[in-house]
Amino acid sequence: MTSRRSPLSPLTPQSPQSPQSPLELVRARPNPAFTVTFDDREITALPGQTIAAALWSAGITSWRTTRERGEPRGVFCGIGVCFDCLVTVNGQANQRACLVRAEAGDVIRTQEGNGHHE
Amino acid sequence: MVGAASALYAARAGLDVVLVDRGPVAGGTTGAGEGNVLVSDKEPGPELELALLSGRLWADVAAEPGVAKAIEYEVKGGVVVASGAAGLSALEGLAGRQRTAGVETVPVGPDELHDVEPHLAKGLAGGVLYPQDAQVMPTLAAAHLVRLARGAGTTLRTGRPVTEVLRTTDGAVRGVRTPQGDIHAPAVVNAAGTWGGELAALAGTSLPVLPRRGFVLVTEPLPPRTVRHKVYAADYVADVASDSAALQTSPVVEGTAAGPVLIGASRERVGFDRSFSLPVARALAAGATRLFPFLSKVRAMRGYLGFRPYMPDHLPAIGPDARVPGLFHACGHEGAGIGLATGTGHLIAQALTEKTPDLDLTLFRPDRFSEEGV
Amino acid sequence: MNERPHLAVVGAGPAGLAAALAAAGRGVRVTLIDSAAEAGGQFYRQTAAALGARRPQALHHQWRTWERLRDGLAVHIEAGRITHLTDHHVWFVERHDAPRGADGADGPGRVADGAGGFTAHALLGPEQEQPVAVRADAVLLATGGYEKVLPFPGWTLPGVVTAGGAQAMLKGGLVLPGRTAVVAGTGPLLMPVAAGLAAAGAKVAALVESADPRAFVRHARTLAAQPATSAAKLAEGAQYAAELARHRVRTLVHHTVVAAHGSGRLEAVTVAALDGDGRIRPGTERRIPCDSLAVGHGMLPHTDLAQALGCRLDGLNVAVDDEQRTDVPGVWAAGETTGIGGAVLSMAEGRIAGLSIAARLDSRTPDVRSYQAAAKARTGLREFFAALEAVYAPPAHWTEQITDDTVVCRCEEVPASAIREAVDELGAGDVRTVKLLTRAGMGWCQGRMCGPAVAGLAGCAPEPSRRPFARPVPLGVLARAGETDDQGNVTAY
Repeated sequence: MTSRRSPLSPLTPQSPQSPQSPLELVRARPNPAFTVTFDDREITALPGQTIAAALWSAGITSWRTTRERGEPRGVFCGIGVCFDCLVTVNGQANQRACLVRAEAGDVIRTQEGNGHHE
Repeated sequence: MVGAASALYAARAGLDVVLVDRGPVAGGTTGAGEGNVLVSDKEPGPELELALLSGRLWADVAAEPGVAKAIEYEVKGGVVVASGAAGLSALEGLAGRQRTAGVETVPVGPDELHDVEPHLAKGLAGGVLYPQDAQVMPTLAAAHLVRLARGAGTTLRTGRPVTEVLRTTDGAVRGVRTPQGDIHAPAVVNAAGTWGGELAALAGTSLPVLPRRGFVLVTEPLPPRTVRHKVYAADYVADVASDSAALQTSPVVEGTAAGPVLIGASRERVGFDRSFSLPVARALAAGATRLFPFLSKVRAMRGYLGFRPYMPDHLPAIGPDARVPGLFHACGHEGAGIGLATGTGHLIAQALTEKTPDLDLTLFRPDRFSEEGV
Repeated sequence: MNERPHLAVVGAGPAGLAAALAAAGRGVRVTLIDSAAEAGGQFYRQTAAALGARRPQALHHQWRTWERLRDGLAVHIEAGRITHLTDHHVWFVERHDAPRGADGADGPGRVADGAGGFTAHALLGPEQEQPVAVRADAVLLATGGYEKVLPFPGWTLPGVVTAGGAQAMLKGGLVLPGRTAVVAGTGPLLMPVAAGLAAAGAKVAALVESADPRAFVRHARTLAAQPATSAAKLAEGAQYAAELARHRVRTLVHHTVVAAHGSGRLEAVTVAALDGDGRIRPGTERRIPCDSLAVGHGMLPHTDLAQALGCRLDGLNVAVDDEQRTDVPGVWAAGETTGIGGAVLSMAEGRIAGLSIAARLDSRTPDVRSYQAAAKARTGLREFFAALEAVYAPPAHWTEQITDDTVVCRCEEVPASAIREAVDELGAGDVRTVKLLTRAGMGWCQGRMCGPAVAGLAGCAPEPSRRPFARPVPLGVLARAGETDDQGNVTAY
């Protein structure tokens, strides 16, 4: 099984100008954007994006503080293995932001500690 | 754990101690334990006396500088609950006998159960609170007892399997052989736990220690004191005392200092089979969610298993072996080895220094199973 | 769900897809179970459909191969030969004992060796609360791998992500970790990640690779021994190099990240050159401002399901025979879970497994000639990747860079000092004892992230950790998992 290469190098953009964003690179035409809230602040998300992707798009890189030291954390492994990106979505704690897809109206909150409130 | 405690008390009694293990510290059953220091699950008799002695000694050790925190020692108390009237009256009967033997017991009515343990299921018949029940983190406890023992002059030799018990021409013990060299000593203490029978065989004698497998489930971290005590169902005591080889599970639920809740307890005699059993995990989860319904939404993150050193009469072997001069045993504590370690170590040190032991060791005689006697 | 598919394939990456297509093409009914919303695995991770990517191949390599897999899958799904369960996270595969009265007669059909079939237990959706059970006569584990990252001061700062994670977020959600990225660590993944980030509009301030170029020379003979393999791989490498050059990405070979800096989030990294012994060369440290760091030190296989089934491991990988069979009858494994080697090797192994399963389920011995080409590719690629592993190595003295206050276990926040104390003062000499004494590896990720680092600090070889559940499972689900009815059948949830 030798791999056959496509005649066009796939990462070569067709225009001489390099794309300025991933959306531009793949010439995305996303479905209409919607809003979610993060700690009561409204942010825009694109359908299909995970919570983590939506937060990154809004320039937010941390949404959890650790149990012991209270340190900020966000995405680390990006594929659901490390559990660093745990977040509270619509009241549900310990959701992996890199797996859960954003839905219109989601209420996303920074998760503090173990996420369980008494 | 028992070896660590034996080394500590023997060293503090002035003996020159070498602590030998084939693996790391706490590499055997200790590392797979829950760290129970219990009086609640024992019928009056020699084991309960040993448990009461051990509980006092654990409190003494924990009072030494820095130890309580380091080993996560907590006198959290145990709560035994009964689901029906019959179970409750049996439980109250047991508690009455235990009270006579010196155990503190507090009856808890059905209306008071939720003050004691807020997340318990509704509709339980009642329970008994045992304030003396305590918990330690077993691996930390063993490691810190080893640290204290080394402070008292003990030499630690890990990663050294004992391949032979050295004996003189007249049969007395004179040390052990390891691949890294011989260690000479006029007395050898067998604290090999579930593998104590194998060590006894190396010394030319026998000890009927059998593995009794147990699984523990561990949940995601929860807020402190979500589950406040060690909570278990009244049928647990009957399971502990059972001789059956078949699988038995009775729910035992407790919180830990670090946050996760531990869920036991299963017992089955299947040799040293390390394969994970979904039916056992299912039974543990079912039992725990019956006691604490909120747990059904809580995630199990992992599970582990261990092999309790089971003895046919459920009593450990503690003391000199009359068949082999110089050989002492301190093993076969089944699921109570962490809790009973301090008392056992203390009694072994007394036996080694030929003092009168604080407890009568007759019923713990290691040679009690051998028909031919000496 | 009362259907009884013959084969359950866990994982819809290159290995699982190749196996599913090969088996389905020979009459096996297949249920393909995968945690993602769309097939592809990590290598061919698809952009979410709603994002409307009209040129998704701009983020991928070997797109033609993907099109073949994708179209083949669609044909089999349409024909009812493959059921594709997306968003299903398998947490346990249960092996059933043979029904009473079944004879355990030997024969070519090893599957029939007394095994009573399997149930794959899964949790539905990203929330992972609803259970689903899938019955099967045989199982293929194509669970893939995940990235290994060794700690350094500052590695827990937001903005520090795994190289594969940066790529996954880019491919799946069309997002970048920041404006200015540094890509660092070691391994063949770093170049495509750097090229991908640059192509998508990030400024890649540096690609920092710790491998020593002289190691390539030392292994040149092995690398060249498989002409077809290495020619393809070298062409791939040259292509990435050209892309990096075009985006003016500076490549620092035989360098390493010493520390990440920032308060609350990443602001800069310090990199330094390595000397011949793999130590930091004093005076070469320099600070590179950046808001993201994509870092990785190679890959590790996912072996939890295989281990819980009792499959033998060879080192960290699931051990398989020439037909990709594990030593547990009825269980096959293919792809990264049997050893890290990339997408092409995964597809070769998957194809062999699929053909073997089709034959064995039909009580036949597979015809070796039917997968000769795949077997040849497998041999070549395994040798090639063994040589690559020797070339791409973290700095020999990487543990010396871990300061005492560096958090090693990210979940339980265990600092390096606690691990060193457990080893030096409390008698721990292995990963399990360190874990029990310090809690390193006891948290949510179950030691997947810190395992290699703990082993390194304890001075022992990395060892596979036993994890009975491949994913956390709600106790309420566990309490009912695999319940049987009066006839001994597994009840659907």
